[in-house]
Amino acid sequence: MNDLVAPPVVAEAAAPPHIGRRVVRPNARRLTEGRGTYVDDVELPRMAHVVYLRSPHAHARVVSVDVTAAHAMPGVIAIVDGARLAQVCAPFVGTLSHMVGMRSAPQYAIAIDRACWQGEAVLAIVADTRALAEDAVETIVVEWEPLPAVADMETALAPQTPVIHAELGSNLCYHRELDTGGVDAAFAGADVVVEETYVFGRHTGVTMEPRSVLADFNPAERRLTVHHSHQAPHMMADLYARQLGLPEADVRVICRDVGGSFGIKVHAYADDFATVALAVLLKRPVKFVADRLESFVTDIHAREHRVKARLALTREGRMLAFDIDDLTGIGPYSMFPRTSVVEGNQVVNITGGPYNHPEYRAKLDVVFQNKVQTSQYRGVGHPVACAVTEGIVDLAAVRMGIDPLELRRRNVMEDDSYPRKGASGIVLEKLSHQQCLAKLETMIDYPALRQEQAELRKKGIYRGIGIAVLIELTNPGAAFYGVGGARIAAQEGATVRLDPTGVVHCAVGVGEQGQGTETIFAQIAADEVGLPLAAVRIITGDTAVTPYGGGTWASRGAGIGGEAVLQASRQLRTNILALAAAHLKRDAGELDVADGKVRDRATQATLVDFAELGRIAYFRPDLLPQGFQSELVVTRHYSQRTYPFVFTNGVQASYVEVDIETGFVKLLKHWAVEDCGRVINPLLLDEQIRGAIVQGIGGALFEECLYDGSGLLRNGSMADYLVPMASEMPDIEVAHVETPTRTSELGAKGAGEAGTAGAPAAVMNAINDALAPFDVRVTAQPFTPEKILRALNKI
Amino acid sequence: MTDKVLTRITVNGVLHERWVEPRQHLVDYLRDELGLKGTRSGCEHGVCGACTVRIDGDIVRGCLTLAVQADGARVETIEGVSDSGEIADLQHAFLESNALQCGFCTPGMLLTADALLKSEPAASREQIREHMSGNYCRCTGYHAIVDAVESTRETRRLAGCGGDRHE
Amino acid sequence: MKAPRFAYTRVTTVADAVSLLRQHGDDARLLAGGQTLLATLNMRLSEPVVLVDITGIEALHGVAVQDGFLRIGALTRHVDIERSELVAQRLPLLTQAVPFLAHAAIRNRGTFGGSVAFADPAAEWPACALAADGELILSNGTNERRVMAGDFFIDLYQTDLHPDELIIAVEFPLPGRQRRFAFTELARRHGDYAIVGIAVAGDISGGVMGDLRIVFLGVGNTPMRALGAETALNGKRGDPAVLAAAIASLSEDIAPSDDLYTSAAAKSHLAGVLLQRAVKSLLHEGETP
Repeated sequence: MNDLVAPPVVAEAAAPPHIGRRVVRPNARRLTEGRGTYVDDVELPRMAHVVYLRSPHAHARVVSVDVTAAHAMPGVIAIVDGARLAQVCAPFVGTLSHMVGMRSAPQYAIAIDRACWQGEAVLAIVADTRALAEDAVETIVVEWEPLPAVADMETALAPQTPVIHAELGSNLCYHRELDTGGVDAAFAGADVVVEETYVFGRHTGVTMEPRSVLADFNPAERRLTVHHSHQAPHMMADLYARQLGLPEADVRVICRDVGGSFGIKVHAYADDFATVALAVLLKRPVKFVADRLESFVTDIHAREHRVKARLALTREGRMLAFDIDDLTGIGPYSMFPRTSVVEGNQVVNITGGPYNHPEYRAKLDVVFQNKVQTSQYRGVGHPVACAVTEGIVDLAAVRMGIDPLELRRRNVMEDDSYPRKGASGIVLEKLSHQQCLAKLETMIDYPALRQEQAELRKKGIYRGIGIAVLIELTNPGAAFYGVGGARIAAQEGATVRLDPTGVVHCAVGVGEQGQGTETIFAQIAADEVGLPLAAVRIITGDTAVTPYGGGTWASRGAGIGGEAVLQASRQLRTNILALAAAHLKRDAGELDVADGKVRDRATQATLVDFAELGRIAYFRPDLLPQGFQSELVVTRHYSQRTYPFVFTNGVQASYVEVDIETGFVKLLKHWAVEDCGRVINPLLLDEQIRGAIVQGIGGALFEECLYDGSGLLRNGSMADYLVPMASEMPDIEVAHVETPTRTSELGAKGAGEAGTAGAPAAVMNAINDALAPFDVRVTAQPFTPEKILRALNKI
Repeated sequence: MTDKVLTRITVNGVLHERWVEPRQHLVDYLRDELGLKGTRSGCEHGVCGACTVRIDGDIVRGCLTLAVQADGARVETIEGVSDSGEIADLQHAFLESNALQCGFCTPGMLLTADALLKSEPAASREQIREHMSGNYCRCTGYHAIVDAVESTRETRRLAGCGGDRHE
Repeated sequence: MKAPRFAYTRVTTVADAVSLLRQHGDDARLLAGGQTLLATLNMRLSEPVVLVDITGIEALHGVAVQDGFLRIGALTRHVDIERSELVAQRLPLLTQAVPFLAHAAIRNRGTFGGSVAFADPAAEWPACALAADGELILSNGTNERRVMAGDFFIDLYQTDLHPDELIIAVEFPLPGRQRRFAFTELARRHGDYAIVGIAVAGDISGGVMGDLRIVFLGVGNTPMRALGAETALNGKRGDPAVLAAAIASLSEDIAPSDDLYTSAAAKSHLAGVLLQRAVKSLLHEGETP
């Protein structure tokens, strides 16, 4: 009866935490309705379109250019060459000082006099529409003098091979050796030595949305706004300012929806500088959207490696030493500003990474060639390192007659052995190889799978099981780029703000590319401030309004950006409590926050909600005690400084069937056990891992940029460059082990790339397991029917 | 004779009369002439499926169809089916399964999946994979997309609206 | 990647189409489904002056049985064949082949006649037309002539179609009760052009094969009829020695060349595998090749 008169304040159940839950992405609904905004969707007044005339040769001198007819074409605004553009935009060199000894040559926004790869731009044609610009390009007559091209990386350093940049003296970009000292002794004393060479085809990222940039220069204010499909807006703002001589404060980079990136969009392309420089030169907005054919010859490529590997073991199957020799070809210029040597460098750092072997030697040669530039693409060296490591471990297992899972169990670093170093010198905080292997074994029902394999083999059906243990480098500190002199932020900032309506806005330097960054930031803010997810708004992708940050790469978004959000949100919660205490004339220690309301810690009774606090703070501060000032905007920064990187680990398994008559591989199933520390949103995480696995499978079975001997790309279209499609991909089961990092309070490590790291190795091992009865192996990715038939001696 | 052609196309229920260049494909027509940016241009050579739209009820590649060819036809885009709510269940399932990341392929994916569910209301997981194999997604592993289409198949089956084949 | 300028005109009669072809010669291109043509236009690989849209010619549409033939109008879309009960009952070879043909959105626009006229040696319809002994009806607006599929495909993308002719329809003899069909192909990804494919028609009586027509796609400049293999298999039951002889004879029957991913040697090998599988399927109807 009492409640009819004066309803009691009912204690409210605390809202469940958002972190750890399968939260659906609030910002994805617009994408399902076609209401996203990618760069090509943005139209500005007086906007012009640029098309680049690109070299059809791998290496050629421009003898002459006749643009007379093009100038007379309808809609043509300007035709600009490299020399003219160099007056607006300075050349750049893609080197990092901590990659000791690396060299590259200056690269211009548009090549001057000489093109060094098929696809390098030598002329910009700006017109009212893309179609009109293309019409004009057709009328331009370029006289080329083809020069000898360096195509094959194996002979790039040979004395008879022409040197691409005479001033460098050779085609060597970078050389590194790592040696623990006892490798020769370890091999000499080993019971078993296995040796194999692994070859990796060049890939490219093939983002669904091509690279896009819309540069808008206002000459009256000398302010530049760039709409960019990019992963690192602050980095680009800094670079545009530097190369074009503008104050960075007057350069704004906006990244709205980004249609896939995977590392393809973390670099500063010559096309980007050219487009921005054209906008400055022409005093009007200029848009460049790569079409699919030019994407294939301008988006960075990756992964062209040849690795010779040796592994020494005792007869009990203890690994003693790894010894690798990696050769990689990177195109004619090291990519700016992250360089083209990081991939090879990571192969050196990570090969053998999961294991206990004491000795390790690695040699790396990074060479120039007249092909598309290579650089960091999802996984960056990991897929190579993992395939080499896991391939040769499987070879050892076969030679020694030890079950491949068992051989790994005997050699992975023990879960209780951390923190520790790996043989390459990498510092490992805490990994969980043993737990992951155990979980995988149960998950795939390994004994049953082996039994099924054996029974089917008797019927002439050849199935294989492949396992790949991996480590992944995430949450980098300044070790990646900052120490090498690149102005790429190693920290991340988050600004949270309580508005008068009780809504929290959170601005972060890390952007959204579809992986769900904004959603997990909202989850973190909701939990740490203490309000419903629906009352959180996330702002990313605009250098004018977000804290200075590095962006999204190297699996750093959740771990670094998320921690900044956590710290800022906690402080805002404290500030809200202080405001409530002042308003309620209570001690802040007696108060608590949940679900957007302040309540009595003792009784759990709701005392005041955020909207009321906002109203008072913003509109009626006169009601608050003298001397109290509410602070409802908080910025916090976070940088991971305990380790150079926070490593994660995982294990994958692939189950395949090889048709030994056709060489076709059918992927039956794929599993992944992943330890990325604290799981923030399993719904998003699992498909992120699956997507990464499918990209890895792409490399293992389908993808390769095929070049001819003169450096020309032979399959530069979506019809000819094969990416994985739904029909051939398996169902992928994902499970987690959670070992939170202690470098942050959030405890999250990165998760974006491990799938790509492990999948090629797992698939390769599965194929070779299926082929085992025939005593043949394949080690050159992609594993095409052709290669498998040849291995089987069918052709 | 390369002059623009007067073209009448009913897009999302609205008749649009425009002089268009014969060379303009349907994607550019929708995006540039009508401002319907939801249809994405992914490859312009008929491979990726991001530009999938419906003409007279059938899904087609917008980049392999000239706008002038659609004269007199009924075209539906992601904006149209979103506004009408026609595929709201499928869109919901995509969100629930996290069947999209960057979202660039999603409009084409949705229209393609919807066409299958209308023509094969009982499509198996394998049939879904085959049918969707003309639409390229680089972010997901396709697994969640197949999940979302399967779950919509079940919702529609329960709702008893298997639908007719698009003829 | 925008198409060059061209003019566009729609016709509703064969005569009008032919008249434009005569007027413009090589500068005119017929536009049916456009699923190959428009991709090449967007890439500026082809620069016609005028596109003649023939989809409005009613007489070229539709599937029908008449006078003992299954007639497939040139403008019949792939999807129409896919969904046709008539085709499934009367010429199941086409029904078997159509799922291999690209993807749903392409099948909704691409046409049977367009594919046959383009004569891609790796395409499904030219091979099926040859295996099912189709006869092409060609018209120049005033005269019709008939050409057997076996005579139509001359060389790489070259056919017997005259510059002022259109394909009106393809007519297939209605198969007898003993006639069976098999179709299969190997493609890296579902819907891709095949590395190698095979279309087979044959009479099966008491487990013995007869009147075989074996056609490969992807292993020569045209769809390749394997006459040697037919000879080796006709009148036989398909035991291993017979199959081995048939496979051996393929070296004379087909002439594959290397492509981006697959060598001629691999294609030859795969053709043998497919022959074996198709024969098995033919003899044991219902089994997927």
